[in-house]
Amino acid sequence: MSTYDRSMALTGQPPTALSRNQKLATLIGLFGLAIVLLSAFNVNFPNKGLWLSVSLSAIATGIIWFAWDAYSKKEPGIKNDGVWFKSISSKGFWGWVAGIALTSFYIILYFYPEYLGLVAKGSNKGVIGLFDPLSRALSGNPASQWFVYGTLYTVAILAFGIKFMWKYRHNRYERIRTISVMFFQTGFAFIIPELMARLNGSSVLNGGSLPYYDLKNMWPLNYYNFEGYRIKGFLSSGDIGFGLLIFGVLTIFVISPILTYKYGKRWYCSWVCGCGGLAETAGDSFRQLSDKTVKAWKVERWVVHSVVVFVTLMTTAVVYSYLGTDTSKYWLTKSTFLLGVAFLLTLVFGLVMLFKRKQLQKDAQYGAIGYLVIILALIGIHFFSGDGNVFLFKSETLRKSYSFLIGSIFSGVIGTGFYPIFGNRVWCRFGCPMAAILGFQQRLFSKFRITTNGGQCISCGNCSTYCEMGIDVRAYAQKGENIVRSSCVGCGICSAVCPRGVLKLENGPLQGRIDSNQVLLGNDVDLMSLVNKK
Amino acid sequence: MENIVIIGNGIAGVSAARHIRKLSDKRIIIVSAETDYFFSRTALMYVYMGHMKFDHIQPYENWFWEKNRIELVRAYVNKVDTNNKQLLLDGSRALNYDKLIIATGSKPNKFGWPGQDLHGVQGLYSKQDLDLLEVNAPNKDVCKRAVIVGGGLIGIELAEMLRSRAIPVTFLVRESSFWNGVLPEGESQLINEHIKEHHIDLRLSTNLKEIVADENGKVKSIIIEETGEELACDMVGLTAGVTPNIDFLKDSEIELGRGVKVNRFLETNVKDIYAIGDCAEQHEAIGNRRPIEAVWYTGRMMGETVAQTICGNKLEYKPGHWFNSAKFLDVEYQTYGWVFGERGQKEYEEQFHWRHATEKICITVSFHKESNAFLGINTFGIRMRHEIFDRWLTEERDVDYVISHLADANFDPEFYKNYEKEITHKFNTDFNKSLSTKKKSLKRIFQFN
Repeated sequence: MSTYDRSMALTGQPPTALSRNQKLATLIGLFGLAIVLLSAFNVNFPNKGLWLSVSLSAIATGIIWFAWDAYSKKEPGIKNDGVWFKSISSKGFWGWVAGIALTSFYIILYFYPEYLGLVAKGSNKGVIGLFDPLSRALSGNPASQWFVYGTLYTVAILAFGIKFMWKYRHNRYERIRTISVMFFQTGFAFIIPELMARLNGSSVLNGGSLPYYDLKNMWPLNYYNFEGYRIKGFLSSGDIGFGLLIFGVLTIFVISPILTYKYGKRWYCSWVCGCGGLAETAGDSFRQLSDKTVKAWKVERWVVHSVVVFVTLMTTAVVYSYLGTDTSKYWLTKSTFLLGVAFLLTLVFGLVMLFKRKQLQKDAQYGAIGYLVIILALIGIHFFSGDGNVFLFKSETLRKSYSFLIGSIFSGVIGTGFYPIFGNRVWCRFGCPMAAILGFQQRLFSKFRITTNGGQCISCGNCSTYCEMGIDVRAYAQKGENIVRSSCVGCGICSAVCPRGVLKLENGPLQGRIDSNQVLLGNDVDLMSLVNKK
Repeated sequence: MENIVIIGNGIAGVSAARHIRKLSDKRIIIVSAETDYFFSRTALMYVYMGHMKFDHIQPYENWFWEKNRIELVRAYVNKVDTNNKQLLLDGSRALNYDKLIIATGSKPNKFGWPGQDLHGVQGLYSKQDLDLLEVNAPNKDVCKRAVIVGGGLIGIELAEMLRSRAIPVTFLVRESSFWNGVLPEGESQLINEHIKEHHIDLRLSTNLKEIVADENGKVKSIIIEETGEELACDMVGLTAGVTPNIDFLKDSEIELGRGVKVNRFLETNVKDIYAIGDCAEQHEAIGNRRPIEAVWYTGRMMGETVAQTICGNKLEYKPGHWFNSAKFLDVEYQTYGWVFGERGQKEYEEQFHWRHATEKICITVSFHKESNAFLGINTFGIRMRHEIFDRWLTEERDVDYVISHLADANFDPEFYKNYEKEITHKFNTDFNKSLSTKKKSLKRIFQFN
């Protein structure tokens, strides 16, 4: 064992203690957090609006001041010194403390909002009560646990976003990308839906009321988008509501495939998405913790695609449950819908098998065939048995289990709560069905790739270590092969941390997008053509 | 089944092993005294800096070797008995080979400075050197000042490492400007400035006279040759280049120079023994290259080549166009083709230099005075596309073509500022030309229709 493994210090030796500025910043940030915490214990602050503002500004100021002190006085460049010596960023003591605290927060948020002060009838207490004034100012309604969460989430993305931009201030791709996620979180996820809620009941919506709709959040990430109550909401709200419903369908079937074809799935996952936004900003300090083994990759492929199958079945069952049977009332009936789903899935499957089979790994082929057979069999059983339970279970059971297992446990408790243990993209990598669908498109029909620069790779491993999606980037780069992986979210950090300028995210021609070389550029031309001939 | 033994598990030995496995079913044994598994030597610095753990700099997972039937032996080779085709390991065991590949790399140079073997004095090359550095310079309390002797790539890396732990560093460089034996003046100057920006006490034209010991035989201070100044320090890094690590071959039949002498097929004078990587020395230099090339890429290329020869496709080592890269603190450096520093500059070589007004960004393009042919480029703070320069060198483009098509070669991340216009403008002014800057063309870059 080498000497530096022997230290029993909770924090690695270097870098040393916090600077005075960083101590003060920590104090201010924790003060802001303490206000929230005190209110959770039902300390009743007199002027809630004021205390909330103080609290949120203190949190943001603490983060930004800390980051300013850490980065602004240094030369622009890669700032990963001591990452593996600090206990918070190397699964040490503080990493576990943070992980457990975050996880507990998510459990309370999802399952016991009453502890946060949610009162079903009457005025909120506790933390949620503290956020009431802001909620009333935006939407006119009292706050909910989701409003509290949304506000904190936005503050985190904004404050840590500024931190991230300082850290990577030499890198224009990272700066622009971060401004984009900050914008989409604040505007699309936070402010617009709250303001939209103000329209409810107004004449613009024909007196109807729209469901809460984060416009950039598309099915299947937004797995509830086509549930009955939302459809009713959309349809009750005149042209705007109908337009939004159409938009919801277009985003997944038309808009996202086009954008993914042109730019790869990064246009969504690391430029627009809220989950991605939090991961890239607040989660940036944990990106090195993702598992890079081939084994983890195998698990990832099975789990994430199973979630896609699950969400497809669930949504189909839910839509099925509220459709009618009479074609004269509405053209889309239960059976037309089921046949449509079966047709669409078979079509996608058939086209991929026909044109792209060679690009799929063996287990991916088996998996695809297996899952298609299961879905078609379930649809078939339904037709032959005529049972009311589509897919063996009640649609409500499917919906509830999905919402609990995937929507709450996976995306929240594990996905974000475990940032300091499993890395910042656990949800995006193992659980997000949206990422899987976009990734499938990215792998097979997209101009995006990470180009490897000839023979310049020195196998150092910075790219793999700092890949939040757990892609072993180096394994490709050292073969001179471009990186075309369905999970790549295009955050650009591999390219940033590369000390030799080997990696470049770019959109180019489909031809020759993936080319593995046995002998790398720089060697004997005859040998290269002898060995690399395809 | 033929028994291939490779001494050394660095990039050269491992590349050879991997390619032999791809081509054949031969038994492959890699012997190393340094580590159990292959790691990226160039990444050792990042372990000390806390960017990565040692595990991260191992390019293959541990199951890789067994799966590919590459046997790993952890042992020190004391002797090569060429008559009996046998190695002596750890002074006791014997290991037979049918074919032997020597890929033992380098060791740090020591030029006989008084005190060079004291405690606290070390080079930076091996995993053991890294472990030693953790003892000599774990933090700024134990190591109140470090002195680095020798201004090359390892020296500046060691300085960066120590600075990451806030250890004060004095950097003694023999030359009048950093690495100017290799870099043209303007670039060397830029790096001088950047070193100082990182609060490194850079002493140019300064030689080490001696290293002074305290009562425990540990380094206490160093004395500078030119001024006689004595500098208190707790650690001295000797980074004045490397030399082939071949002492164990001294008594063998294998012909040695500074390195293991090899012909263009990487064969030594003894049948069935080959040498590759840092420790191999060509009888005659290939083109502008040096007879010994201690570079990651050439180690890999020799491994790729020797595997062919060993597997029956006898092949000359014919490296393509020269390229290399490095990082000086925050400034990335790439080079394609040949650009020489002042001392090495050829009489036919003309150089064009452009430097950004404020940022640490510059390029130097070298071309032939008479024929105008493009010879090479150095870039600092701008990434370039290897494939494009390789192609332009093969096509023997002239410098005008290269300057006006620079946008095609740019490899910086998306949205970065481009400087092609400024560069072209400066070129036009310097050489009284009127070139225009061509827009980047994906068609030209990727050569599709």
